Amino acid sequence: MSEQLQIDWTACDGRGGCAELLPELLTLDEWGYPLTASASGSIDVPDHLVAHARTAVRDCPLMALRLLRT
Amino acid sequence: MTRVAGPALLLAPARSYAEHQTIWGALPRLGPRQLVDLVGAAGLTGRGGAAFPTARKLAAVAAGSNAVVVANGAEGEPASRKDRTLLHTAPHLVLDGLQLAARATGATSAYVYAPEDTMRAVVAAAIAERRDAVPVAIVFAPDTFLAGEESAVVSAIERRPALPRTTPPRVFEKGVQGRPTLVQNVESLAQIALIAYRGPEEFRRGGTDAEPGPRLVTITGAVAAPGVYEVPGGSSLGDLLYRAGGLSEPIQALLVGGFHGGWVPLDKHAARLTLSRTDLAPYDAAPGAGVIVAQPARTCGLVTSAQIVSYLAGQGARQCGPCRNGLPTLASTMGALAAATPSRGLDVEVQRVAALVERRGACHHPAGTVRLIRSTLRTFTAEVGRHLTGYCSVRPELRRAS
Repeated sequence: MSEQLQIDWTACDGRGGCAELLPELLTLDEWGYPLTASASGSIDVPDHLVAHARTAVRDCPLMALRLLRT
Repeated sequence: MTRVAGPALLLAPARSYAEHQTIWGALPRLGPRQLVDLVGAAGLTGRGGAAFPTARKLAAVAAGSNAVVVANGAEGEPASRKDRTLLHTAPHLVLDGLQLAARATGATSAYVYAPEDTMRAVVAAAIAERRDAVPVAIVFAPDTFLAGEESAVVSAIERRPALPRTTPPRVFEKGVQGRPTLVQNVESLAQIALIAYRGPEEFRRGGTDAEPGPRLVTITGAVAAPGVYEVPGGSSLGDLLYRAGGLSEPIQALLVGGFHGGWVPLDKHAARLTLSRTDLAPYDAAPGAGVIVAQPARTCGLVTSAQIVSYLAGQGARQCGPCRNGLPTLASTMGALAAATPSRGLDVEVQRVAALVERRGACHHPAGTVRLIRSTLRTFTAEVGRHLTGYCSVRPELRRAS
């Protein structure tokens, strides 16, 4: 069982807070939108980063992030 | 093996309900489970583009309660005319299929979603002739590329803009008013009716084992008789061109699958390729919604592709940052490539931006656009090379003295 970070692209406005809070998982593209290194597009959150991921979810001003247990 | 096309089934014209009943007889009274099993035995896959196994979709919606069924006739793909033709020719076959789908899923609400002109010309009158068990309401589909995307369909039925939504949940779980919703292409529904009337074995005989049943295709471009045709599943590309009256001039490639599809170059094997998943997979194309455009040899494939990408960029929902920014960038870069602006790296830049957009967004639009772009660069490799040096093989006025 692991956690997956999901981005609601219709809500995301490229504010960039998530990439600051989770630099291990996210960077920003040239337009300011979160970018993951993973080829599949899904963002698996390792255990040691779950707390930071929860903070990112809570602090996103557009509520564009969700953490899903898979 | 070339199959001889039989009498029209899907396109058997019926101008009135009485005429429809003369052709088909009474709608069979089948239970929900029976219906799903028959559709499964027939091997029907969706005719809206994604080709998802229809029985699985019916079962998924049936697993919920208080479902909604929708006949999706939006047909946002500009190169496709089959749904419009089907609704004008045999609306009652579609409406029968909608009722059968409602019975199979336990739905208590049904909608037809199609362009206003088709509704006014045919659909509303056809509905009025019937006394269906599940009442059917109509919702006009706007004339946009994304209008037929399943979550956009749900939004439109809820009287919101016809734009895609973020998933999960998928619409089969939570769609219209949060209810399990079956969004099914109008041809798929007509196929369900065909299976109910004639049985899965006769349906299967209309095609090959791999691609059973008859299907509708739209063939346009450099053919003598462009239009919509009912053909056996698994027909060869050569058969399809023959049905459309043969070529009107030499062609260089076929665009298969519409604007989110792939190019099949005309080599000695192309005519024998069948409209099937296996034969088209190497070209990153699929039978999809049966859309085929014959590209004349005298035109530049890069110019055509750039025009398509420009159209697709304009048709985005503008909801998602990567797509809203990336597709116009791809359009202008493809435009510069098509214009044979001498440059180093335009093709590399296209690939870079394509990789940025393809998996980021709420719907399939960026991924489909990238598929078309990558297919273009693969199929017209030699032309790309020429364009990067300022030369176009079909537009001699662009030739630079080397």
